[in-house]
Amino acid sequence: MQMTRRDLFALAAGLAAVGLIRMPAHASEEATMAAVKEYAGGMPETGGVEIGAPEIAENGNTVPIEVSADGATEIMILAAGNPNPGVGTFHFTEMSAESRASTRIRLAGTQDIVAVAKMADGSTKMARREVKVTIGGCGG
Amino acid sequence: MAKIKPRVKVPKKAKAGEAVTIKTLISHPMESGQRKDRKTGELIPRKIINKFVAKYNGTDVFWMDMEPAIAANPYVEFSVKLSESGTIRFEWTDDDGSVYDIEKKITVA
Repeated sequence: MQMTRRDLFALAAGLAAVGLIRMPAHASEEATMAAVKEYAGGMPETGGVEIGAPEIAENGNTVPIEVSADGATEIMILAAGNPNPGVGTFHFTEMSAESRASTRIRLAGTQDIVAVAKMADGSTKMARREVKVTIGGCGG
Repeated sequence: MAKIKPRVKVPKKAKAGEAVTIKTLISHPMESGQRKDRKTGELIPRKIINKFVAKYNGTDVFWMDMEPAIAANPYVEFSVKLSESGTIRFEWTDDDGSVYDIEKKITVA
């Protein structure tokens, strides 16, 4: 369907009226999985990656998370419900005491966090974990 | 804009081969490029730190690629194991190409 400017305004007004308009567009589950496959070069096996995150985050602007995967050289973090799924990638070396790192991220709302680890032997592993967000981030 | 100031927590001394936890923080708005100016309604241009690197005596020991979903004032915690005394250097690269850095010495026994 061709979307005209007029249609877009009408749609935006309609959404705003029912209080639905908060974020421009959310990355879909498909976009997230496409990013996972592109990064991993296929579908990673589930397990072997730990995601530490609060079950409920009161403020989506700063959510502490920790990821770890024994033997990983890289761990990528994705947020399936943000406007863009990408969050960041940690790179570990021989001088890393362990393949574990923490940071603080933005979450637009309640959603799944996905972590994909690249192992030293070339295999890939992934995990996902839901975080409930009371107030969304991204300045919505 | 507030001054961009890196802060790191690194032990002065470490035992060879033992895990050393490093905590880093830098004051930066991490403007996501998704926010709109409240007055004009225009998108505020993206300006984030997109890369963080830790080097020990010149060798990369840990690095991170960052997207706009990293919270303002990016915090990163990781661990290293060291075999010799030296200097750990941290570098944050901004979208505009600026590099903010800080160095700390570690004595390894």
